[in-house]
Amino acid sequence: MMADSFSISEKMSGRRKFLVAATSVAGGVAGAAIATPFLLSMMPSERAKAAGAPVEVDISKLESGMLLMVEWRGRVVWILRRTPEMLETLEKIEDELADPNSEKNQQPEYAKNRTRSIKPEILVTEGICTHLGCSPVFRKDIAPADLGPDWLGGFFCPCHGSKFDLAGRVYKHVPAPTNMVVPPHVYLSDSRLLIGSESEGST
Amino acid sequence: MSNLFNSMIEWIDKRFPLTSNWKAHLSEYYAPKNFNFWYFFGSLALLVLVNQLITGIFLTMNYKPDASQAFASVEYIMRDVDYGWLIRYMHSTGASMFFVVVYLHMFRGMLYGSYRKPRELLWLVGMCIFFVLMALAFTGYILPWGQMSYWGAQVIVSMFGAIPVIGDTLQQWLLGDFTLSDAALNRFFAYHVVTLPLVLLVLVFVHILALHETGSNNPDGIEIKENKNPSTGIPVDGIPFHPYYTVKDIVGVVVFLFVFCGIIFFAPEMGGYFLEYNNFIPANTLQTPDHIAPVWYFTPYYSMLRAVTVNFLGIEAKLWGVILMAGSVVIFCFLPWLDRSPVKSVRYKGPYFKIALTLFVISFFVLGWLGTKSPTPLYTLLAQIFTVIYFAFFILMPWYSKIDKNKPEPKRLQE
Repeated sequence: MMADSFSISEKMSGRRKFLVAATSVAGGVAGAAIATPFLLSMMPSERAKAAGAPVEVDISKLESGMLLMVEWRGRVVWILRRTPEMLETLEKIEDELADPNSEKNQQPEYAKNRTRSIKPEILVTEGICTHLGCSPVFRKDIAPADLGPDWLGGFFCPCHGSKFDLAGRVYKHVPAPTNMVVPPHVYLSDSRLLIGSESEGST
Repeated sequence: MSNLFNSMIEWIDKRFPLTSNWKAHLSEYYAPKNFNFWYFFGSLALLVLVNQLITGIFLTMNYKPDASQAFASVEYIMRDVDYGWLIRYMHSTGASMFFVVVYLHMFRGMLYGSYRKPRELLWLVGMCIFFVLMALAFTGYILPWGQMSYWGAQVIVSMFGAIPVIGDTLQQWLLGDFTLSDAALNRFFAYHVVTLPLVLLVLVFVHILALHETGSNNPDGIEIKENKNPSTGIPVDGIPFHPYYTVKDIVGVVVFLFVFCGIIFFAPEMGGYFLEYNNFIPANTLQTPDHIAPVWYFTPYYSMLRAVTVNFLGIEAKLWGVILMAGSVVIFCFLPWLDRSPVKSVRYKGPYFKIALTLFVISFFVLGWLGTKSPTPLYTLLAQIFTVIYFAFFILMPWYSKIDKNKPEPKRLQE
C-alpha cells in the first residue's frame, strides 16, 4: 500500500511529472515568501533602533583612580580616571597582552594608542567582556591572592576568567579574543563627555 | 451497567480506534520480562512532563513577561498568590528532576545499548527531545529576570555572536534588540510556554510510536521478537505492558514522589543548585555577579565552554569553546554508529567498554562540579583533561568496542 503510493511517480507521464515538480517549486517559493515577514519581525524594531541616543556625562567629580558606570544603549560603559601609577603599568605588561597596539578594530581611530583614550588619563570603554558578554570586575588591587603576584591592576571577568589591563587590553591565553570595545565619544568641554557620538551636532 | 459500558465502547470503536490502540500500546504491547531499576525513568520523565505542563499553565496566570515587572510578579506568586509558592516550587524542582530522570534514562540506553540497530531513530528522536528540553530549561530560567537569568542568558546568546560572519546579525535577530532586554524576555516567554512545549509533545509522541514499532530493548540487549511462540505469535520472553509494567511503574512513581515532595517542602533551592542565590537579586545590567554558574544540569557543558584558552588551527579560543560545548551534546547522536561491538548490553561487553564508560561518567561528574566553581589555573587544567576524556569516550569507541573481549550473548533473557 505505502510502497504503491511512493512508486506511482514511475507511472507518470512526462507532462504530469513536470507539473508536479513545478507545483512543488511554486509551493516552496510561496512557503519561503510567507516565512520572510515572520522571520524579519524578530529583528530589532524601529523603537529599539531609535533607542541608541548618546548620553552626556559630567566627569568633573570623578576622582583619580575611580570608575564611573553609565548606561548607553542598554550596555554598561565605564569611565575610569587613571592615576599616573596606573598609566605606568600599561607599558610594563605589554608582553603579556594579546593585542597591545590595538591592531584589531575594537576602537575608534582616536583611541588607537597605548592608553586607548583621547585624554591619556581617562579611559572610556564598554564594560563588557569580549568573550561572552559578562561585565568584568574592576580590580585595582595589586598582586591579590587570587590573581597572582604579577597582577598590576585591571579588569577580571568572573564568568570565564578573562583578564584585561587598565586600558581594556586583553591578556594572552584567556578565553576573550579581543580588547574591550571603546565606544565613540567626544569631549564637549573639560568636564562634559558625550558617549555614543563623535560630535555635538549629531545628537 | 457493564452492558451499557460495552455498547459505549463499541460505539466509539466504530468511529475511533480506541480498543485497537489500547491493545497495541498497552494491554498487548509485549515488553521484555526482565526490566530492572533503570527502566523506571522513561515513565517518570512522562510524569515530570505532565507536572511541568500543569504547573506551568498556572504560573502563566500570574507571571508578567515584562522586564520591569517579571521579577516582581514572581515574588508576587511566591508571597501573595494562594499556594503560589507550591506551584512555583513544583515547577522549579520539576525542571531539575526532569534532567535527573532524563540523564538516568539516557545512561540506561548507554548501559544496555538501547541506541543500537534497530533503535537508531528512536535514539535520535530522544536526542531531539533532549535538545528541546535544554532550550526549555534555558528559556524558563530567563523568565524571573534575576541576576542569573540575565547574565546566564547574556553568556548563552553571546555564543551565537562567536559564529563567524553571521554572528552579530544572528544575535540581534535572537534578541530583537542590540542588547539583552525586554524584547528578548518577551519572546523567550513565547518560546517557553508555546513553541517549545508543542514541539516537545509532538516529539514525545513520535518517541513512543518509534519505541512501540521496534519494541523495547532490555538489560540483556537481545531481541525478544526473534523468539516468538509459534502458535500465538507472542514473544516468549515478553509480558504485556499493562498490567505488568503499569503496576511496576506506579511503584517507581510513589518512590519518586517521596523524593520530589521532600525537595519541594524541605529544600526547594537545594543549596543553590536548583535555584541559585544570585537569582533572588533583580537583573542589573551594569554588574555581573562575582560568581556566575549555570544550573547544575548545564555545568558539564559550561566547563567545556571555558576550557579552551588558546587559539589553534586558525580558530579563536572563544569559537572553540562554543564548538566543544555544542559538540559535547550533539556527539551523543552518533552513538549508534560509533559502537561497533557485536553485543549490545554492558552485561556481555568486555573490560574496555566498562572502563571507558566508567571514565566517561567520572568525567561528566568532574566537569559538572568544575562548572559550579570559579575558574582558576588548576581548575582550568582539570577541565581540559576531563574534556579530552569525555570526547575520547566517543571518538575512540569504534576502535575499543571492536577489539573488546566480549562474552557470548544468551539466546533467552536471563532471570
